[in-house]
Amino acid sequence: MTATDPLVVNLIVFVLAIFVGYHVVWTVTPALHTPLMSVTNAISGIILVGAMLAAGPAAFDWGGWLGVAAVALASVNVFGGFLVTQRMLAMFRKKEPKAKPSAPE
Amino acid sequence: MSANQVALWYLVASVSFILALKGLSHPTTARRGNLFGIIGMAIAVVVTLAFIFSTTRNVAMILVGIVVGGVIGAVVAQRVQMTQMPELVAALHSLVGLAAVLIAIAAINNPAAMGLPNPIPIGSKLELFIGTFIGAVTFSGSVIAFGKLSGRIKSAPVMFAGQHWVNLAIGLAMIGFGVWFFLAPQDGHWFPYVVMTALAFLLGVLIIIPIGGADMPVVISMLNSYSGWAAAGIGFSLNNPMLIISGSLVGSSGAILSYIMCRAMNRSFFNVILGGFGAEPGAAAAGAEEKTVKSGSPDDVAFMLGNADSVIIVPGYGLAVARAQHAVKEMAQALRDKGVNVRYAIHPVAGRMPGHMNVLLAEAEVPYDQVFEMEDINGEFGTTDVVLILGANDVVNPLAEVKGSAIYGMPILEAHKARTVVVNKRSMAAGYAGLDNPLFYMDKTMMVFGDAKKVVEDIVKAID
Repeated sequence: MTATDPLVVNLIVFVLAIFVGYHVVWTVTPALHTPLMSVTNAISGIILVGAMLAAGPAAFDWGGWLGVAAVALASVNVFGGFLVTQRMLAMFRKKEPKAKPSAPE
Repeated sequence: MSANQVALWYLVASVSFILALKGLSHPTTARRGNLFGIIGMAIAVVVTLAFIFSTTRNVAMILVGIVVGGVIGAVVAQRVQMTQMPELVAALHSLVGLAAVLIAIAAINNPAAMGLPNPIPIGSKLELFIGTFIGAVTFSGSVIAFGKLSGRIKSAPVMFAGQHWVNLAIGLAMIGFGVWFFLAPQDGHWFPYVVMTALAFLLGVLIIIPIGGADMPVVISMLNSYSGWAAAGIGFSLNNPMLIISGSLVGSSGAILSYIMCRAMNRSFFNVILGGFGAEPGAAAAGAEEKTVKSGSPDDVAFMLGNADSVIIVPGYGLAVARAQHAVKEMAQALRDKGVNVRYAIHPVAGRMPGHMNVLLAEAEVPYDQVFEMEDINGEFGTTDVVLILGANDVVNPLAEVKGSAIYGMPILEAHKARTVVVNKRSMAAGYAGLDNPLFYMDKTMMVFGDAKKVVEDIVKAID
């Protein structure tokens, strides 16, 4: 067998990842669909990896600046996405926050 | 660091992302899931940084970009209000789209830096075309969606004659310039590429403008999906499995959410995309005047609620607009203290994005085990004493069970089966579907007109 074309390998990875995504996402409870969206926002910030390659070439020209801009945009997604997800998830509590006996009210 | 080592670390990061999504299956595991996501991202970024450092040493500007973007992202994440989540998510989608386009341009400018052969082979050009096209549509579409959600652009659908033909023509022209780009020699491929990208930006705008405010939950899910496919498309261009895997996870997630939202609104996906729905609320409410409704005061409601054994609260987006979540939570707590069984029933499209209402209630410190999804609570309405509907309309409209009505087949919360129904609305205007709601005219229904927050606060006072 000769070496496989990278495109074929990519397609295999692509299709299997879609299957995994499909099955995992259906297990997400509807109550958490908004955090799901914000965490996928953060995960799609993985494009940062591509942006980093564009921003760190051996010879830095105007294309490098586009890469830096892309790095910044993707970083907004990564940080914003994960932090806002964390903020939301911290709100989901099971017990009513009962006032402590010592607390007023 | 060798390419093989990098790829294996990418595998670890990808598995972490899958665990991050899996964690969201239950609120108790969700925070750990988010942590997995952060770890996965950290691995991917550090490994890539190490790889670039070991080859070109040019990492300074990368770090500057990460710090600038990271600070902006962190500040926005801290400041955003929960009612603004749809806007934030739309804005974040647009950034992924724009980043994809910028990376594709940088790759065409300097193929060697991205590990591509120079001149770029046609296959890679095709992948760059796809990445650019999806990225550009995601960017401009999300900008329009952001504008509509934040009220900067009118949310009414924008329609004109021959719209779909114009879109088709632009799409075909874009593909035409794409083909030119594939075939053009190294020194002549910028012109077709730039025109093609401009057409893709235009297409993104035209795809989103005909979609009305009521369909925003679908639009935002759809753009979520696009942003994933954009990342995957760039992954194909750069032969980067990390981008392909993560992009596919996000793409399928958005597609599933779009499907769930369409099903909850009883609309087909194409029906939503072709647009023009959700135009003018209140348009069809005209015939309603002859029928009489029974209206009551907050005191009456407090009396009914206080004497009930079981109460189900149905919150709609009107509740969030009136910022009444905290008042509702206080009311529920007061009733629970009296021994009333209070629960919340959430329709999938209760908010402006999937799961939005759950977040708004969680923010008001409503415990999530009192909050039920439609399928789980619909069987309970028949044995419930009082249903309190706050700012919801179409999602409780029994016309959905009447053959021939405009919303026939739409899944609804079966509030009309309860022993008594209390509806709070600001006026008798119809909902997004433009339909009158027979629930309001039933003998067992009492209408309480007024701002949701004011009404609920008055109820709380009357209960005490």
